[in-house]
Amino acid sequence: MFSLTDILSEALGLILTWDRGLSEIVMLSLRVTLTAVVISCLIGLPLGAVVGAFRFPGRGVLTVLLNALMGLPPVVVGLVVYLMLSASGPLGVLQLLYTPTAMIIAQTILVTPIIAALTKQVVEDLHVEYREQFASLGVGAFDRITALLWDARYSLLTVALAGFGRAVAEVGAVLIVGGNINHVTRVMTTTIALETSKGNLELALALGLLLLAIAVIVNALVMALRASAVRAAYA
Amino acid sequence: MIRCHLLSLAASTFLALGLSGAAQAGDSFIVVQSTTSTQNSGLFDHILPIFTEKTGIEVRVVAVGTGQAIQNAANGDGDVLFVHAKPAEEKFVAQGHGVARFDVMYNDFVIVGPPADPAGVAGITDVVDALTRIAEAEAPFASRGDDSGTNKAELRLWAETGIDVRAVSGDWYRETGSGMGATLNTGTAMGAYIMTDRATWIAFGNKGSYKIAVAGDAKMFNQYGIILVNPEMHENVKAEAGQTFIDWVLSDEGQAAIADYKVDGQQLFFPNAG
Repeated sequence: MFSLTDILSEALGLILTWDRGLSEIVMLSLRVTLTAVVISCLIGLPLGAVVGAFRFPGRGVLTVLLNALMGLPPVVVGLVVYLMLSASGPLGVLQLLYTPTAMIIAQTILVTPIIAALTKQVVEDLHVEYREQFASLGVGAFDRITALLWDARYSLLTVALAGFGRAVAEVGAVLIVGGNINHVTRVMTTTIALETSKGNLELALALGLLLLAIAVIVNALVMALRASAVRAAYA
Repeated sequence: MIRCHLLSLAASTFLALGLSGAAQAGDSFIVVQSTTSTQNSGLFDHILPIFTEKTGIEVRVVAVGTGQAIQNAANGDGDVLFVHAKPAEEKFVAQGHGVARFDVMYNDFVIVGPPADPAGVAGITDVVDALTRIAEAEAPFASRGDDSGTNKAELRLWAETGIDVRAVSGDWYRETGSGMGATLNTGTAMGAYIMTDRATWIAFGNKGSYKIAVAGDAKMFNQYGIILVNPEMHENVKAEAGQTFIDWVLSDEGQAAIADYKVDGQQLFFPNAG
């Protein structure tokens, strides 16, 4: 019924006839996702590093919790954020429901545990190597965290990319809190869902290919950045 | 240290980009809680630009099932409710969530089926008879199962047949728990009969070999209504702009815009305000 060539030519057509509507959707996808990933890193990197490098009561529980939260269902997060931001909810006065900010909040909640849990693992492994050195030099807690995060930065880039992958592919949460409003909160994944529901399967798949291509480009850019940084560091 | 500054600069740029969405949300827009049939059929794409051009009010449509749209509006998350389930809409007004309900337009429900027509219902007008035959043949029937306007209408019709479909759910009666489009995609793939509003069906792009089997019964009438969310109950409601929209939809100009909208030469909605 569907041939790959139909879908590919539809995808090619999308790119060739690239219009304002499409770039609006692509740009909003990137804006929401990248903002959510940056905020998640600001929270998740220090949090993960602290859990990875220090022993404290409740550390085991926190680790289990962070790992479990990696599996948060997006729809549930969407519902919780909706209930918070709804006009009848506790944060209703902020009037953030059905805005890109609401989508960023939902994705941040989804991505932060991934960043934190993976950072914890990376930092913990590195800390095993550094522990004695830190102790002999009498390095303070803050400097330990900074040093560990800095030295693990290349691995942490991959961590951030894992978070990006989760956020950019996510549809359940942003659909509920964003409302998929044309020109306001419509992103690539919600457009794909909408076109599927209209029965425009070729177009939906073509948009899916485009989303994949964008994810590849973002990953390639980050890897290129990393490679040139590594070269600069060891040159 | 320079790197750190660069990082924080990048971070704050992203933050500014991301949070600017809240700032640009001015007062000149309203949120309409509506249903997938009005959105997926392309009706809103046709009529809303005309309204916005005239009044400068942007209309942001959240298109979900009628049940969810009513629930969202009852939470105060919307200025106008534009759906198709009259009893539920009247209840919404009676509970004080809405100011008043007005008829806007109608179309009808149809039952679409596979060309093989295993229940032999093609061409039957009496919908209760058709549903009874589908049940007797135990031919697959895909239901929305999502408390939407279409789902409510379908369950009312099943109630008239005296068949308890909930008891056979999962057998030949299959509840997809999704929107109209998703149910059409699923139902056509499993060879099931599906009840859909005519507008969504005409605009639907994945019909395959499916055709309308049952249509024309007065019981399949599908009335759409519009309601202003009560500003006395929900203080965020933009009553003035919302009322402007409702007045326009009910006006001669708005009604003509609805009647004008055609897909493949077929009119999808028939205005009947006033």
